[in-house]
Amino acid sequence: MKILVVLALLAAVACEREDRSFRSPPPATGRSPAPTLSALTPGPGPSGAPPGNPYDESAYAVSEGKRLYEWFNCVGCHAHGGGGMGPALIDDQWIYGDAPANIYATIVEGRPNGMPSFRGKIPDDQIWEIVAYVRSLGGLVRGDVASGRDDHLHGKSSEQASPGQPPQQAFVPPASQEQTR
Amino acid sequence: MTHSVLDPAGIQAARIDGLWWLLLGVCTAVYVLVILALARAVFGRRPAGSPERVERRVTIAVTAATATTAAILLALIVASALTSRALASLATDKGLSVELTGHQWWWEVTYEDPTPSRRVTTANELHVPVGVPVLLKLTSRDVIHSFWAPSLHGKTDLIPGLVTTTWIRADRPGVHRGLCAEFCGVQHAHMDFVVVAEPRDRFDAWLARERAPAPEPATDEQARGRDVFLHAPCAMCHAVRGTPAAGTVAPDLTHVASRRTLAAGTLPNGPGALAGWLLDPQRVKPGNHMPPSALSADELTPLLAWLGSLG
Repeated sequence: MKILVVLALLAAVACEREDRSFRSPPPATGRSPAPTLSALTPGPGPSGAPPGNPYDESAYAVSEGKRLYEWFNCVGCHAHGGGGMGPALIDDQWIYGDAPANIYATIVEGRPNGMPSFRGKIPDDQIWEIVAYVRSLGGLVRGDVASGRDDHLHGKSSEQASPGQPPQQAFVPPASQEQTR
Repeated sequence: MTHSVLDPAGIQAARIDGLWWLLLGVCTAVYVLVILALARAVFGRRPAGSPERVERRVTIAVTAATATTAAILLALIVASALTSRALASLATDKGLSVELTGHQWWWEVTYEDPTPSRRVTTANELHVPVGVPVLLKLTSRDVIHSFWAPSLHGKTDLIPGLVTTTWIRADRPGVHRGLCAEFCGVQHAHMDFVVVAEPRDRFDAWLARERAPAPEPATDEQARGRDVFLHAPCAMCHAVRGTPAAGTVAPDLTHVASRRTLAAGTLPNGPGALAGWLLDPQRVKPGNHMPPSALSADELTPLLAWLGSLG
């Protein structure tokens, strides 16, 4: 019995708490380096091993990316990955490459035909979080890291949002009751 | 600033206060009587008489005590139900309707108006006229929060996807502190608001001031500050009516200088606190959604001047 307790305590030591850094480097407002004038070629990204994105491994970062994706109105054009004015993100077609560095460049520099540049508008680490989320939409990050679907994207609406139950006022003022009588 | 259930400043809190004192009084009396009976049983003399007589007297005493207990509990249930009923029925047709939206970790306050352009949005500060019932329509953008201004009313949850309602009526002017009463994330403890109860004419003047768009910059420095704001990441999240900045995910800053606190009651409002907050919000309130900004001195000073002019 004692051995079991000791083993359990030893096992608990192995529990690792994810380290969340809240103090991110600030965005470089207006002082970022000039846009990289690399050739914008359709098809897969540049050859060689592209730099990885550490946030691809963090469920917290991906869910933060999901929040920012909504906040900064990526949904306005790309919808929830299905695309609209902008290309879909849940398929395997990546016009400018699917490597984290490619998606980062797309967000920072913008792309022809509508994708605006967010240089200096979004802090760098937040862009990398969005990159991680965009890659998770295309199934490029591990399944246990990717965030779940929103309620409204499920075939069956959640109990909370089920139809036929409009917001109910807790109390109807007597004045209006008398009017209806 | 009042912040106590036992110092009611409104009719709802007064009702809760009354029920609280009733419960305390009844429970204290029952406790004292029970202790006295116990003391008598332990230290008193053994009752005289035949065992049958003693048995009958004990039966009568226990039955009477049980009946009294049941009657007191029933009375308390009735008192509680009557209070709940009264709390739900603060009726009015000339009241005020305010939407309160919870965010991690701040409060969005919107005064309704049939004309969309006359709606007023502010943050972390709820102004109410004294003596006027105010209908609060509560909802949340992210997780469950709970509205609690102890001097005015009990708690009501803010639930995403659902609108809950509650009524408050402040009966004396003053500034009442409120807070989030449902754990909602790392900065739950820094999610305060104030309810400012003021006479009707002062409230109307405040609302009219809030309804106006941000004043035009009066000096060159303020104008430069506005440019900094619009070209920095600020405008991605914050709105200032009267400028192109129209973000809805962070507090509306149209009249930020008129507010008492910054960051949902975390800091007192003022140029120094605002500068510290802008440069490193994660030191003041770790985990909040505002990123630090790399502003140089010649950007920060005009920006502070402009934000300070938004009265």
